[in-house]
Amino acid sequence: MTAGPEQVIRNVLADLPRHRGVVVDSPPGAGKSTLVVRAAAHIAATGEPLMIVAQTNEQVDDLVTRISGKHPHLTVGRLSAGGYVPPLRMLELPGVRVGTRVQDLGDPDIVIATADKWAWIGGRVWPWAIVDEAYQMRSDKLLRIAGLFERALFVGDPGQLDPFSIVDGDRWSGLSWDPLQSAVSVLLRHNPDLPVHRLPVSWRLPASAAPVVSRAFYPFTGFRSGTSEGDRRLELATGGMGTPHDRALEEAARSGWALLELPNRHTVRTDAEAVQAVALLAERLLQRGAVASSEQGERPVTAERVAVGAAHRDQVAAIRAAGVPPQITVDTANRLQGREYDVTIVLHPLSGRRDATAFHLESGRLCVLASRHRHACVVVARAGIAELLDAHPSAEPVQLGVPVKFPDGWEANQSVLDHLSRHRV
Amino acid sequence: MSLLTSLARLRALDEGIAQPIATVRHFHLADRPMVFIPLKLSGEAAAPLAAMLGTDRDRPRLLVVTQPRNRDLRFAWAAKLAGVLLPYVEGFLGDTETVERRNADPYERAIDAPQILVPNQAGVAFVRLLGRSMRFRRADGPYPVPESVPLLGRWLTYFAERAAYPGSSLMPAMTEELGRHWASGQSGLEDANLAALLAWITTGPSDDTEDPLIWPPAGPATDPGFDAEVLAPAMESGSAERVTEALRTQLEPAWRLMWQAIDLLAGLEEGAGVVSRWEQDRGSFSGMATHIAEGAPPQPRRDGAVAAAAKLARMERAQAAYDAQRAYDDPLVMAEYRLTGEAFAGEVIGTDPDNTEGEGRSRKLRPLVVIKTDDSVRLAPGTSLGTPQRHAQGAELVSAGEGLVTLKITKGMGRGRTAAPGAVPEIGERVCYTSLTDDFQGSPALPDAEATPWTHGGPPQEYVPDDEDAQEEWS
Amino acid sequence: MSGLKREGDHVHRLEALRGTTPQQPHDARAIAALAANPGCARRALMDGAGVDKDAAARHLGFPAPFGQSPFAITRGNVFEALVKADGCAELLRMLRELLGLPIAEVAYHDVENVGAHLRHAHTRTLIDRAARDEQDAGTLYDHPLLSLEIAGHTAYLEPDVVAFQLGGRFHIVEIKSFAVIDGQADPSAVAAAARQAAVYVLALRTLLEELGHDPLKVSHDVVLVCPENFANRPVASLVDVRRQLAVLRRQLTRMTALDRLLEGMPEDLTFDLRPDDDGRPTRPVAELADALRRTTARYAPDCLSTCDMCFFCRDEARQEGASDLLGRQVRDELGGVASVAEALGLADGTRDPAAGQEEIARLLRNAERLRKECLT
Repeated sequence: MTAGPEQVIRNVLADLPRHRGVVVDSPPGAGKSTLVVRAAAHIAATGEPLMIVAQTNEQVDDLVTRISGKHPHLTVGRLSAGGYVPPLRMLELPGVRVGTRVQDLGDPDIVIATADKWAWIGGRVWPWAIVDEAYQMRSDKLLRIAGLFERALFVGDPGQLDPFSIVDGDRWSGLSWDPLQSAVSVLLRHNPDLPVHRLPVSWRLPASAAPVVSRAFYPFTGFRSGTSEGDRRLELATGGMGTPHDRALEEAARSGWALLELPNRHTVRTDAEAVQAVALLAERLLQRGAVASSEQGERPVTAERVAVGAAHRDQVAAIRAAGVPPQITVDTANRLQGREYDVTIVLHPLSGRRDATAFHLESGRLCVLASRHRHACVVVARAGIAELLDAHPSAEPVQLGVPVKFPDGWEANQSVLDHLSRHRV
Repeated sequence: MSLLTSLARLRALDEGIAQPIATVRHFHLADRPMVFIPLKLSGEAAAPLAAMLGTDRDRPRLLVVTQPRNRDLRFAWAAKLAGVLLPYVEGFLGDTETVERRNADPYERAIDAPQILVPNQAGVAFVRLLGRSMRFRRADGPYPVPESVPLLGRWLTYFAERAAYPGSSLMPAMTEELGRHWASGQSGLEDANLAALLAWITTGPSDDTEDPLIWPPAGPATDPGFDAEVLAPAMESGSAERVTEALRTQLEPAWRLMWQAIDLLAGLEEGAGVVSRWEQDRGSFSGMATHIAEGAPPQPRRDGAVAAAAKLARMERAQAAYDAQRAYDDPLVMAEYRLTGEAFAGEVIGTDPDNTEGEGRSRKLRPLVVIKTDDSVRLAPGTSLGTPQRHAQGAELVSAGEGLVTLKITKGMGRGRTAAPGAVPEIGERVCYTSLTDDFQGSPALPDAEATPWTHGGPPQEYVPDDEDAQEEWS
Repeated sequence: MSGLKREGDHVHRLEALRGTTPQQPHDARAIAALAANPGCARRALMDGAGVDKDAAARHLGFPAPFGQSPFAITRGNVFEALVKADGCAELLRMLRELLGLPIAEVAYHDVENVGAHLRHAHTRTLIDRAARDEQDAGTLYDHPLLSLEIAGHTAYLEPDVVAFQLGGRFHIVEIKSFAVIDGQADPSAVAAAARQAAVYVLALRTLLEELGHDPLKVSHDVVLVCPENFANRPVASLVDVRRQLAVLRRQLTRMTALDRLLEGMPEDLTFDLRPDDDGRPTRPVAELADALRRTTARYAPDCLSTCDMCFFCRDEARQEGASDLLGRQVRDELGGVASVAEALGLADGTRDPAAGQEEIARLLRNAERLRKECLT
């Protein structure tokens, strides 16, 4: 019997003073932020100062808001770069100060900044650090800031996209400190005895999605949904017109998944028909007045609660241009990491391709796209992906001394496709 | 590769001749380059077999290991190679200029630097291994070698390292450089064959270029058929002359191709950014020479944590600069960004040079420019823009759509209350703007190697080359 | 019943495809290469039928551009002999270090010592005995003869590996002569070695399973032995071949599904070279070429380093003016436009886009406009 989420959190907190580093793997929506907020309060309660490292300004702002909201008595300093304009809501929070230098912040309980900003700070050592999204952080960034803290909690999702570089880093492959590896990989290779905990329950993914995502992307560790079948419902207020798009939405509302399959054709990346289908799905979803009910109550699925995801930037641009309602988020997998919506509409990375590249097959890309939703995910793809996977040549180079990463992109794609084919429209 | 290059390849295939994909030369071509074509023994990691090299196309030097399994002959070959390459490299150290720096002492930079041209990427990789096999050896102790051998090893290591540095011209691989300027009608894989690629560029494709009897490979691997039918019997015969002459037949064709390629590339006008990149090469070269002169140890086997991170940061910075500079220097490269909507070009149809923003003391001059373009722009309002027509200018996209783009100029129009003359483009002028910029943000400091944190293995043991390194076997 | 008949049918059809040409044995290298271009029907059929592609290509006048230098062969042999000298003493030293095992002494069995016809049975007996006895001291099996089922027939693998067993656990040991320099080796060479080793891992696992043992007694970590740096001194590294195993299983499954490819083929289709008594092919070249052209190839420049038929297929792609010649990436980028002439026609506007080609036509015209603008 695996430990429940509460027990895992307690184990993590208990491990903190015992080890120099503690790692927590968090599958999509498993309460990573909740853990960070709790650990922050827990450490702050000891009276020792804490620094928190996140990867983007949005993530930093989000954490500041959450910590301040949950623990208004804590003082929080938000370090930022010169050009950063803090959102108004943050300036109104009690106990929060924004500044470009540590000295400007007073002496808060917690200082939060992006890894990039932390890299410019020196001359002080914090007894504690929390590093958020640590699997998306390149190890060279960690190298720049690791001297700032004595011990740290590393939290992140190992299934999402790996960090990358615009230059070829093969020369460093196999080195335990390869700068292109994630912060966690490098940390664990040098400190193999550090405890690694896993959050076992996804609160975001519904019962219809957790097993699918778990099987495809977390084959060895696994996780389950925090809700049961029937706890989450998605209802469309108005009737459909029997079009494939409407039927796809109905299938997604019913089962949590839908695959809107277009005729098999090899297309350019910005396949107009597929782009149009994605845009139409988004529009119809709003038109039909979707209502989501869950343990959080009932609420209409407004544009802010819907996201459209694609692999490439030009696809995102084409989808935006195709008339998606403007409040709907349209973005690449890369930028959707860490975000959550009620319904997502995904242009499958392999749709219309003749040959799959490593980019298209990267399991993290599909994992991000398939795990942002609380209720339903609608995938648009041209038929033929199964054949494309079948014909994919396997000749990936192998570097000595580099641990094999799982899941394999091919297997993960196959697994998801297999599931989607049962929800084909 | 973009659709623009793909189209050029299709055109090349159709017309039977390579098509230009650059209008200027994007690397520095030295006045007196050293052409270096090394060959290695098949099946071995870095056993040299021969090299043809020199700075005079009419007088190539041929250095041969007539019996590659004989260690002494290999060391002798390395010493002879050092006898040619080291004087060439060191010949550039005499003439220097003093470079002033902000917040640092001035330093001496070589006026010109050596350039070693190899046929292909595999050639660079082989040079790296040659360097690796030589730099730890010693002139004393067991298996002594002439002092020049470890020194050459350090220089070869340096050149091969530098070749991985985007935009550097100290050790260019010829097929790569040709491929950056012309699109052939064959695949990128086939472009690695120097003879085939040159044929596409000059006379049109020919199957002869894949026949090793007509065009032997330009190294470092030899043709297996040649090994079996010519080289092995020659070696068995024990005749050094026979081996030498056999290898000459393999190297001479590549030698001619290398100089033909140099002539071709010399015919292109140099891009504007090449000078500054070569300046960095010269600075780097002088730095390496100083390093050696100060008695620093040879480059370690692998980079430590801090060295790796520092190198990665420099390489990423260089890559970004190289990409931006090539686009700014060459409209055909910029066209790739126009195609993807990250740049646009067109005619200025309206301006408001006196437009301002803000009130009172924070009132700023923000001249507006309206451009008519056929390009489809995929940039969001607020995006920072630069322009090849005015390098110092900074602008920001205001709106784009229906073939019209409005932007405001934010930087580089002088300090006055009105824009400096020429700072705002005139109506009717053709301009190009792009989100691609070469603004260097500076990268934050790394810890000293001795302060490598616990997350990265802690401080490394200091590297001291030992006898074992020096005695490393050469099978 | 009908299922059985169909399977028999397809084996029969594959034999007809090969005709009187002797079957090309599937060694580990050939099996590993099945995954090089699984989308190519021509290759799948030739491999499935056991046609000697090298001989076919030579007969067609398109000999494959592969050859091995005698220096490389000698080097490989010398290195292997060195590793195996004195009953694999050197190998044993490395296994101790690499696996962290307190191996005092191991037995050494060279399975080659029994005649070829007995070797497979002998291998089975030895492995069976070892898998039973968990207390057994270590044993090294040199030249074990393993087999795998490929497309309905049994392929015996060239016994060029060593299997190591200790306490009922097996490791495949692969000896290669490419160098490991400062901990790094050529990634494509390592990948090829890993693919081949995976074939042996699977074969050994299959054997254990047949014998009623747990197949997972064979480790997915194979031991790769290579020369270190510039010397002959060997160094061993562990290579995890789980991914290669997964690919291999997929490809072997595909090989049993060749019926689908055979269905569309004329009954009398054959790739027979009609060798004479001396083994020289006598079939008219044009006839063989015609037969091969009835099957669809999926040429990509990568074939130039992986398939014996590459020059024949490249020539065919040239005659068809196929954009495949320029590489997978270009082909993919062009959307559904397969031919060079079609793409250029769309680019310069001399050809109207067919349904579904409007977008690629727009992109190509745009690219053409930009090139023209910059080059004139």
